[in-house]
Amino acid sequence: MAEFHLQIVTPEGLKYDGNVENIILRTLNGDIGILKGHIGYVTAIDSGKVKIKIDGKDKFGAASEGFIKVGKEITTLVCTTFEWADEIDTERAQKALDGAESKLAEGSDDKEHIAIYKARKKRAKVRLAVAEQK
Amino acid sequence: MAGANMKDIRRRIKSVESTMQITKAMELVASSKLRKAKERVEKARPFFDILYKSMIEIAYSNKDFSSVYTKERPIEKVGIIVIAGDRGLAGGYNANIMKFALAKAQEKDTLIIPIGKKVGEFYAKRGFEVYNTGFATVEELGLDETAEIAQMAANLFKTGEIDELYIAYTKFISVLSQEPQMRKVLPLKFYDLADDMNIDIKSMSTTEFEPSANDVFERIVPQYLGGEIYGSVVESYASEQGARRTAMENASDNADAIIEDLNLKFNRARQAAITQEITEIVSGAQALQ
Repeated sequence: MAEFHLQIVTPEGLKYDGNVENIILRTLNGDIGILKGHIGYVTAIDSGKVKIKIDGKDKFGAASEGFIKVGKEITTLVCTTFEWADEIDTERAQKALDGAESKLAEGSDDKEHIAIYKARKKRAKVRLAVAEQK
Repeated sequence: MAGANMKDIRRRIKSVESTMQITKAMELVASSKLRKAKERVEKARPFFDILYKSMIEIAYSNKDFSSVYTKERPIEKVGIIVIAGDRGLAGGYNANIMKFALAKAQEKDTLIIPIGKKVGEFYAKRGFEVYNTGFATVEELGLDETAEIAQMAANLFKTGEIDELYIAYTKFISVLSQEPQMRKVLPLKFYDLADDMNIDIKSMSTTEFEPSANDVFERIVPQYLGGEIYGSVVESYASEQGARRTAMENASDNADAIIEDLNLKFNRARQAAITQEITEIVSGAQALQ
């Protein structure tokens, strides 16, 4: 299959820099897949599972909110955090999940805080789900 | 009398020695933390560049571009994110940054968004309004957490709670010197910088945005902010370790000097005691003759 150049950029550095066959990830409007020769495209992504095909093999990762930019030469996935399935600290994710759930159970009048806890819960769930797909 | 004096000096030497052990250990811990923090600063750089460039590209390649994050408005209330440490014993690190930001905070009605245990205490005591982020310490802040703080700050700006947002942090220049700094982050202003970034507007004009360029932009801003905060936290953290290392190095040196001085005194006291004893024996023997 034809390959294209993908870079995954996070504040912790370049998580991936090389050729891939395809990438499937979750945007705000649903899942999209990108293959070689895609039109120039920019969209925001939600925290979610990312599936990347490298050398005929599927690899899974957990991404948090960010965006993807498909350019002529290079496709860049920019997100706050990105972890491959085998890098995920499940203990920490579980703790974050429990923490967020108890915060949500407490309730708050502040809508913004609720949204933040919900996002935290979602990230933790994504991490736990991806961690199972090593 | 001389014996009691010697005992005192010996006790003081011991106490200074144990203090020195602590300062030496803290110095070593700070050095190793500093090395790691410096690596983190380096790694975060490409992320910023790409994010920044993408925002400019979006802003430039869309004629009907408009965003609440780029609009200047009359300033009624200022938000300042102040980043300092959780603990003292870092020389002037905490005091420097907090006093630096205090000057700005006193100009206008200000909301302080504290990062680090010391910050909330400092400003609450001086009667400032302090926002509760839900994070007590700097050390627990990773990327997820700084992104959450960014989200909170972006919301404050969006809802008109604050009209400007600044970050006060400590720039790491070298192990020996760190400098408190303040940067304005909202509203965003990057038009004057775009020229030297060599932006390919042509290729951007054929780019599709989903759902729309403005929507994507509004989603990127809190992220960019999160990156900014993360970068500032990491840089401040490196500065803190640098300041602590230097402070502890000085403390160890001082302890060394004190011990040397005390040793001298101790030896003098010992010699005096011996001399006295000899004098006593000799004069005792003479009295017998």
